[in-house]
Amino acid sequence: MPMTEQATGAHHPQPRPRSSGQPSAPEHVTGAQSLIRSLEEVGAETVFGIPGGAILPAYDPMMDSKRVRHVLVRHEQGAGHAATGYAQATGKVGVCMATSGPGATNLVTPIADAHMDSVPLVAITGQVASKAIGTDAFQEADIVGITMPITKHNFLVTKAEDIPRTIAEAFHIAATGRPGPVLVDIAKDALQARTTFQWPPAHDLPGYRPVTKPHAKQIREAAKLITAAKRPVLYVGGGVMKAGATAELKVLAELTEAPVTTTLMALGSFPDSHPLHVGMPGMHGSVTAVTALQKADLIVALGARFDDRVTGKLDSFAPYAKIVHADIDPAEIGKNRAADVPIVGDAREVIADLIQAVQKEHSEGNTGDYSAWWKDLSRWRDNYPLGYDQPDDGSLSPQQVIERIGQLAPEGTIFAAGVGQHQMWAAHFIQYEKPATWLNSGGAGTMGYAVPAAMGAKAGRPDRTVWAVDGDGCFQMTNQELTTCALNNIPIKVAIINNGALGMVRQWQTLFYNQRYSNTVLHSGPEADSVGSNSGSPAAPSAGTRVPDFVKLSEAMGCHAIRCESLDDLDKVIEEANSINDRPVVIDFIVHEDAMVWPMVAAGTSNDTIMAARDVRPDFGDNEDD
Amino acid sequence: MSKHTLSVLVENKPGVLARITALFSRRGFNIDSLAVGVTEHPEISRITIVVNVIEDLPLEQVTKQLNKLVNVLKIVELEQGSAVQRELVLVKVRADNETRSQIVEIVQLFRAKTVDVSPEAVTIEATGSSDKLEAMLKMLEPFGIKELVQSGTIAIGRGARSITDRSLRALDRSA
Repeated sequence: MPMTEQATGAHHPQPRPRSSGQPSAPEHVTGAQSLIRSLEEVGAETVFGIPGGAILPAYDPMMDSKRVRHVLVRHEQGAGHAATGYAQATGKVGVCMATSGPGATNLVTPIADAHMDSVPLVAITGQVASKAIGTDAFQEADIVGITMPITKHNFLVTKAEDIPRTIAEAFHIAATGRPGPVLVDIAKDALQARTTFQWPPAHDLPGYRPVTKPHAKQIREAAKLITAAKRPVLYVGGGVMKAGATAELKVLAELTEAPVTTTLMALGSFPDSHPLHVGMPGMHGSVTAVTALQKADLIVALGARFDDRVTGKLDSFAPYAKIVHADIDPAEIGKNRAADVPIVGDAREVIADLIQAVQKEHSEGNTGDYSAWWKDLSRWRDNYPLGYDQPDDGSLSPQQVIERIGQLAPEGTIFAAGVGQHQMWAAHFIQYEKPATWLNSGGAGTMGYAVPAAMGAKAGRPDRTVWAVDGDGCFQMTNQELTTCALNNIPIKVAIINNGALGMVRQWQTLFYNQRYSNTVLHSGPEADSVGSNSGSPAAPSAGTRVPDFVKLSEAMGCHAIRCESLDDLDKVIEEANSINDRPVVIDFIVHEDAMVWPMVAAGTSNDTIMAARDVRPDFGDNEDD
Repeated sequence: MSKHTLSVLVENKPGVLARITALFSRRGFNIDSLAVGVTEHPEISRITIVVNVIEDLPLEQVTKQLNKLVNVLKIVELEQGSAVQRELVLVKVRADNETRSQIVEIVQLFRAKTVDVSPEAVTIEATGSSDKLEAMLKMLEPFGIKELVQSGTIAIGRGARSITDRSLRALDRSA
């Protein structure tokens, strides 16, 4: 097998190998000590959390642990996203901890977020004493019931002796198969009770058997289709990243010479600079990638789920394509688009087997001829590259700010984005060459993800530079974690792409709501709501109130903070930020408010209607709409 | 629209039924009938679900999602022809000296049982397929149904094979 390159960054999430041989000698401990011992044994090095009444017993032995570092966050949502960022950056299971009631419910958003993006996460929550459960006791919430639809699995533990097995099972479930969040709710009396601790405990999961080995016949079938196709596309999703299959993907792509499109969740799993890469698909995908899927005669989906943001109007998506769909989750196959060749398996094993099967086809003389296809693809790529206009009023272009951050970033920098325009620009204008260098909230679209996720990533990869690319709307949801960063030596860098508005919502108002800007101006009160073009009005951020003043706010939280309003300062402030590593850095980039994300497929329409820029419909030479 | 009967073997643990019913409602399916009980193995419960399926929401998606639940051991769809399906009804029918004998006659025709008699009513117990019970209730309706309670369908495959065998082996392995 020509697989000499090893994927770096994301490791294949596997349960830690059990220490072979005999279980450890039983230790006489409390339930709380048993919990901390279990976290040590399972390899949880960093826990993000906040104590409170019900979880309090666990925090006492936590203080003595030499192997578990606890990071005291400022809001439980921050703990959850930090655990997610940690998991995405390291490939290990992220861990967060909260008390019962409101502590636990504050974890709901990051748990739902991790569920949508298949992030291995274990959330540990305290619960009121078992006798008080169901009595509406102080700080009681049925968090197991609440998180049932947004976890891969969850547990309620009411007996101290069940703690080690439950923790072992939780980590196993979170990390294997299709990864996902697992919540363990532990009653306070179980934490206080005396018990014995022994490791490793035996799993008791008779109903959990993820399939990782793909079916050989399906693999052969897929290889036949690949070599017979005229217009194939490798449609690569986050599953490839999670399986640590990026090295294999490169081999498969170069072997077949099929174009590769990487979804928002998969940026970095295939080098952006690679000649076979045609960009990101979807609502804000590149014209080439979107059109390639529309015109393809074969789509090979690898760890991708035909999300509505990728397919656009489903019944007009890729009308000519046969579908090979490989996923570790059988429920994804056929969910949105019927598969001609379904393959259930781990992406790494699937791709490795596909390589062999395609090589066999090649040796029998069946090589695909995609030269006509590449002629089309190259023409689209040349005619419709990603780009942006400079604002004519001299203000900063948000795309250029993000592009320069990417260009000036040290090797191996990890980027985390919030949700909105800045997220799409960060996807477009930063080059991702390596896996696990791009973290974002893809499925859930959680505003406020960036700062805490960057914190988690930096805690897990202190050797790397970590940039959060955030919007001024997102930043105001979770910026308090900068205090956590400042006090815990987690020196992240934050670029606030400050257009003074909820930019993506504003863009939709511009395009679909007759430029009626209802409640999207952030730096001014309701008097700034307006009808018609807003340029030059008091709502423009250059004329803004500076409420809040992000520089002062960040300084108050112990950060080095800079404001940048002109192109002349752009490189200087980025370099300044890159040179400071003893505390968090925040740059408030005041950017033009009317910049828009292009290309765009309007929600609910066919991908055939993609617009390369405002009022610019790509010319595919087919004239079918003219 | 078509009716499907699923036999779902699950770990006999608290909260499992909630996970299953929540999954059905979240994916837009309506449960027609539901019956739960332990099996010959006390650690395994069996849930029989009858579900109405409309064309654009294939049942396959629900069975796949059910299979993902950690507490679910096995799902089998029982086909009409190859499975025995039964429901139980208890029905209280208005009866006086004039009508009682006619009601008892109907009870005998359907091989049901009279389980309680009072001057104004009789209570009848009947088991059978939903078609048979429906026919019986239609016959009783003119007398006046005062109260009706109906169980969910339970179902078992015909022949010697058992759907619990292999699931039990899975349990043994994991222990």
